[in-house]
Amino acid sequence: MRESKLWFWHILSAAIILVILGVHMAIMHMGASLSAIGLGFREPVAAAAVFQRSKQLIFMATYIILLGAALFHGLYGLRSMLFELSLSKTLEKAISRVCALAGICLFVYGSYAAVYVFTMKGVTP
Amino acid sequence: MQLKRKNKLGLWGWLGGGRYGAERYAYALHRLSGLGILAYFIMHIFVTGTRMGGPQRWQSTMAFFGAPSFKLGELLVFLAFVYHGVNGIRLVLAELGYTIGRPGRPVYPYVYSTMRQRPLFIALMIIAAVLMIIGSADFYLIAK
Repeated sequence: MRESKLWFWHILSAAIILVILGVHMAIMHMGASLSAIGLGFREPVAAAAVFQRSKQLIFMATYIILLGAALFHGLYGLRSMLFELSLSKTLEKAISRVCALAGICLFVYGSYAAVYVFTMKGVTP
Repeated sequence: MQLKRKNKLGLWGWLGGGRYGAERYAYALHRLSGLGILAYFIMHIFVTGTRMGGPQRWQSTMAFFGAPSFKLGELLVFLAFVYHGVNGIRLVLAELGYTIGRPGRPVYPYVYSTMRQRPLFIALMIIAAVLMIIGSADFYLIAK
């Protein structure tokens, strides 16, 4: 894929991450402040709250979207930083392939986990 | 004859800003925070994967990560995300051509693009600082 296209996706993924991860961070790490004004969860990492969210389609879908966007954004950023070291073409190609492979493997594992928990039986939300 | 100019700056090329001002150092910190977030995120994928073991497995994982050192690490990730996200807004706006002004004749006193975006930089850093203070208070004071 052309570098300009990858850069476009890097910026687009940043916008997606900013919105979804912003909400995620607010729920997970500003929960007490938000619940004080009537928003958010009091104990966001408690099993009951986690599985309640995991069993909702919207949370599962946004989790997978965030997973894909964050993996692409992070690994492309890492690749760009490494490329600045004036590496040989062979090494650049190897880094691109390792980043792509790592991204695909992590995406498959994370998506599988999200779908698995969503369809899990015996866990009442 | 082909001239080749290699980047031999190494780590200084990544982290140093030279005479380019605060925005260049903010960019270096942006990348550093990005690396930290990426490392955490990869670990986070496996941690959230333990949900597949059911609520009890999740509880025991959370009990393990409830140690003060992990809590501090989590706070650092939160601070890094706030900084990376807010500074990223500035970088995207500059990338798209906003905030850097129109090209014009170089008339004294010279105004360069980083000077034009400095008010935005300061405003965004204030927003980041406020979010960091609220988040840190939530971590250690309000959540108790």
